Amino acid sequence: MSTEVPARTRAKAAPKSSRQMPGRESADRKQVTQGRWASVLLLPTLILLAVVIIYPVVNAIIMSFQKDAGLSSSGFFVQGGFAGADNYVHWLAQQCNGVSCPPGTLGSQFWGAMGTTFLFTAITVVLETVLGFWMAVIMARNFRGRSVIRAAVLVPWAIPTAVTAKLWFFIFAFQGIANTLFNTHILWTGSEWPARWAIIISDTWKTTPFMALLILAGLQLIPDEVYEAAKVDGANAWQRFTQITLPLVRPALMVAILFRVLDALRMYDLPAIMTQGANNTTTLSILVVDQIRQGFNSAAALSTITFLVIFIVAFIFVRFLGANAVGAATSSGKK
Amino acid sequence: MRKTFSKYAVPLATASVLALALSACGGSSGGGSNNAATQNTDGRGPITYVQGKDNSNVVRPLVDKWNAAHPNEQVTFKEQSDQADQQHDDLVQHFQAQDANYDVVDVDVVWTAEFAAKGWLQPLTGSMAFDTSQMLPATVKTATYNNTLYAAPQTSDGGLLYYRKDLVPNPPKTWDEMMSMCSIAKQHNMGCYAGQFAQYEGLTVNAAEAINSAGGQIVDSSGKADVNTPQAKTGLNNLVQAYKDGNIPQQAITYQEEQGRQAFEAGQLLFLRNWPYVYNLAKTDGTSVVKDTFGIAPLPGMTDGKPGASSLGGHNVAMSVYSKHKATALDFMKFMTSAETEQFYATQGSLAPVLSSLYTNPTLTAKLPYLPTLLTSIQNAVPRPVTPYYPAVTKAIQDNAYAALKGDKSVDQALSDMQSALQAAGAK
Repeated sequence: MSTEVPARTRAKAAPKSSRQMPGRESADRKQVTQGRWASVLLLPTLILLAVVIIYPVVNAIIMSFQKDAGLSSSGFFVQGGFAGADNYVHWLAQQCNGVSCPPGTLGSQFWGAMGTTFLFTAITVVLETVLGFWMAVIMARNFRGRSVIRAAVLVPWAIPTAVTAKLWFFIFAFQGIANTLFNTHILWTGSEWPARWAIIISDTWKTTPFMALLILAGLQLIPDEVYEAAKVDGANAWQRFTQITLPLVRPALMVAILFRVLDALRMYDLPAIMTQGANNTTTLSILVVDQIRQGFNSAAALSTITFLVIFIVAFIFVRFLGANAVGAATSSGKK
Repeated sequence: MRKTFSKYAVPLATASVLALALSACGGSSGGGSNNAATQNTDGRGPITYVQGKDNSNVVRPLVDKWNAAHPNEQVTFKEQSDQADQQHDDLVQHFQAQDANYDVVDVDVVWTAEFAAKGWLQPLTGSMAFDTSQMLPATVKTATYNNTLYAAPQTSDGGLLYYRKDLVPNPPKTWDEMMSMCSIAKQHNMGCYAGQFAQYEGLTVNAAEAINSAGGQIVDSSGKADVNTPQAKTGLNNLVQAYKDGNIPQQAITYQEEQGRQAFEAGQLLFLRNWPYVYNLAKTDGTSVVKDTFGIAPLPGMTDGKPGASSLGGHNVAMSVYSKHKATALDFMKFMTSAETEQFYATQGSLAPVLSSLYTNPTLTAKLPYLPTLLTSIQNAVPRPVTPYYPAVTKAIQDNAYAALKGDKSVDQALSDMQSALQAAGAK
């Protein structure tokens, strides 16, 4: 509706300017019609986005301010009514009915889960970046069988995460391959740090190929001439790596890291299948899913908190660390 | 600036208005709509039966049999996934949508109270009354919420003690007796006892059994948490002490049902607490080295003459309050729990019946020799807490029992935390 108003004003203004500048009118009108057409063409997409993204997000936020259903005296659940910020206080301050949540409740696990999530994210992303870079550098070289290696590297990434998790679950069983191979008796899924390392190892195994491919794409954008010129100037291999490869691959690398961080922050399947969140391996996503079975509204508050946390991390990445996943498109659009 | 604004104004406005409108209609859900329970009670016509994956092809032949006899009241079988969590969530979604097409549903014993309290299950009273007098009392308890029957027991399951009869001629009757036999296990360089001690639903089952067998309870008859008692302490302490002593091998803290079964079949365990399904596998598995050398007994109790209190597995069959054809649905529920059907469950699917008479039926015991032992188990069973807050309750039990087993906290502390967590679960 509102597009028509400025369009009309512009149409009125057009004849005035046309006196001075013939030919401007048609260009202007063309632009207006194009703009209108663009809106019309974009409308289905935007409606779809509204239905699948905006509606659930808005609804979750509304729900997060409602109390969970409670039992009436006759033993039936009744709507809880407006809760104010209670659900948020419940999670952030770990308060259950005015007292600190006792161990064995989901509420008592919030900050622990937050810590675990960030721990997993930090360690896995660092490992995956280093290993992925290494793999990418190897794959970028020209050698016989390169395409075979590239395909082979992708295999872990192609396996569904649930299958990966089950696979590593068996590997890390007490009588599994890991213990047999190294002749150890570690309770991988039965104690805190081994369980965490088991998950970190599985995640690294699975996702390093993704990193490697994204970095490889960045590496292949660097023209060979630059390296040749550096060689002529007498730069050694290490100098070429730090002075040419790293700065030139940085945009692609930052985007890859951003993707991985966002992905790792919502890690669910690996710990859910390997440990069911036992031994302090509960991530925020596992906590949300567990809470959904106990009460939707608290779960809505928790997922809103998770959403904000991930949003802030993404914002920091894009704003301060220059991960330009969206910027490239906008800047070219401005021209 | 202005141009950019106008370009995006329409879609943006549309989107936000749409979001608001949609969220407005998405607000309400659930609630105890008791009106629905009084409607359509004499309705007859086609209905749908909803159950998890029918792995051993039990349901289809039964539905075919029903359909042949009831041409005007056909039953359609809707098969869910084989994952319990997914079945639960699928039921919740359809009940919330007040779906009239989910007429008769199969519910896990631990979900029954939750669905009843949500007002989704038809109370089986008045014209909908259901006769449970022939059924094992513990199974009826799992279907009863607030003194009202909301479902009919369909299949049951109880814990058994698997033991090596070549090493232990007479199975232990009490926990202490079993612990004293652990020296035999040590001589043979094998683990003594294992159950399900990984932190998941299986630990709730095992911890509840330990506590109930020692005369404690998790919730009292009115549903209030009552776990911080000397009896409960004795029960949980039995497990904790056995783990500390090595009578429960250290790796058992990672065991679910399958890992325990494999260890037992490999001859690495003297005693194993597990479900009846292990029986046939241990007898027939190619890798089983205990085929002819294992026996079964009721779970050990505290004193001779009183077997341990098993937790109960199994499923109940219930009717949706939103069903349009409740008279048909009730008939179908009766058909699905009849003696003939129960016998078919047992022979075709190895599912334990809920009718006590079948446990001594010679045809059945020939095929399933564990039935008489299982009967003892189920007769002494205590259902897991029947509460609408079951997910929170089981978490309170397993988290704290696990911490006690690992030695992260004392048994006293674990029980006191469990008590607080149970209270928080019920009140929130």
